[in-house]
Amino acid sequence: MSTSWPLWEVFVRGKRGLNHVHVGSLHAPDAEMALRNARDVYTRRNEGVSIWVVPATEITASSPDEKDPFFAPAGDKVYRHPTFYAIPEDVPHL
Amino acid sequence: MADDLELRFERTVQSESRIEPRDWMPDGYRKTLIRQIAQHAHSEIIGMQPEGNWISRAPSLRRKAILLAKVQDEAGHGLYLYSATETLGADREDLTTKLIEGRQKYSSIFNYPTLTFADVGVIGWLVDGAAICNQVPLCRTSYGPYARAMIRICKEESFHQRQGYELLMTMMSGTQQQRDMVQDSVNRWWWPALMMFGPPDAESTNTEQSMAWRIKRDTNDELRQKFVNMSMPQAEALGVTFPDPDIRWNSERGQYDFGQPDWDEFWQVVKGGGVCNEQRIAHRRKAHEDGAWVREAAAAHAAKHVREEGAA
Repeated sequence: MSTSWPLWEVFVRGKRGLNHVHVGSLHAPDAEMALRNARDVYTRRNEGVSIWVVPATEITASSPDEKDPFFAPAGDKVYRHPTFYAIPEDVPHL
Repeated sequence: MADDLELRFERTVQSESRIEPRDWMPDGYRKTLIRQIAQHAHSEIIGMQPEGNWISRAPSLRRKAILLAKVQDEAGHGLYLYSATETLGADREDLTTKLIEGRQKYSSIFNYPTLTFADVGVIGWLVDGAAICNQVPLCRTSYGPYARAMIRICKEESFHQRQGYELLMTMMSGTQQQRDMVQDSVNRWWWPALMMFGPPDAESTNTEQSMAWRIKRDTNDELRQKFVNMSMPQAEALGVTFPDPDIRWNSERGQYDFGQPDWDEFWQVVKGGGVCNEQRIAHRRKAHEDGAWVREAAAAHAAKHVREEGAA
């Protein structure tokens, strides 16, 4: 049996009202221990009010090699941004 | 195609943007980073020992709680950094094995013994102070996970340095014996602290390429000078001197002149001839081996839990 524990990615919510943010990874035998270890490694100074741990192998990521084509659909759609539209300056609240 | 990738890599580095784990990077960049970050991680882990030596003998509950928190931080710093190496494809067990087999190095400063409690203060002030000088520029290093780990570490190192200086101020306001103990400790740690920045630039083989890759941001001699400039006023405020007859303000340069450490001693300690090299590695090996049953038991418990869930 392999004694090397699996890798977990750790996400911490800094305070209420904020998203969980990725802070790093750690090794643990199971999810419960991963949470405890994450508390000790990543929140020694009140950096969080909530922690998520996810097995690193469960994360699917976009590939940086196809970065340009993958994000291309958003590239030419300037009309999705509010600054695309010319509105007279004297029209309020727009 | 390879040229395209290399060009994109170089442009990213030169524009002060960050390289992230799944980006293409030159093999040399990856290897150098793994070596440097692993060495840094090992230093944090081995660095727990010299101060850990004093936890059970701290003179008060306050000092004991502080020292425990500091040593726990060093463990945490080691873990942030090992985590960064894994984003480059390194294997944690493999790195631990390389450390305890002496195939990867850690900072030589931890091969010096901690003889008195004043050493706890001087390590916080000078050793962690030198580490901060080295590490603050690394918050802007080109590899994203390394830079992010350094930001966390630098925030925590500030507590380390301040607790050390405060400890020394307390001792300096005590008895003559206590003041002598502080000065003796400064005398023993000053030169090894200067050595922490590595050999002089002329002899440093890795500097040029690492600077081009922005893995390293300042040269060894630049950082050493900065550290001396920072430390002198702190020593004066504390009432101690550094054991260097050549150290004096140079008004033309606007910096302190200072003498060179004994580089023969430096290389001797790097090559394993320091007072504590064997002890540090033996202790790390024992801790790893003594912990084997815990790792196995926890893995067995996790596997059993998964089977039970599957059956239910």
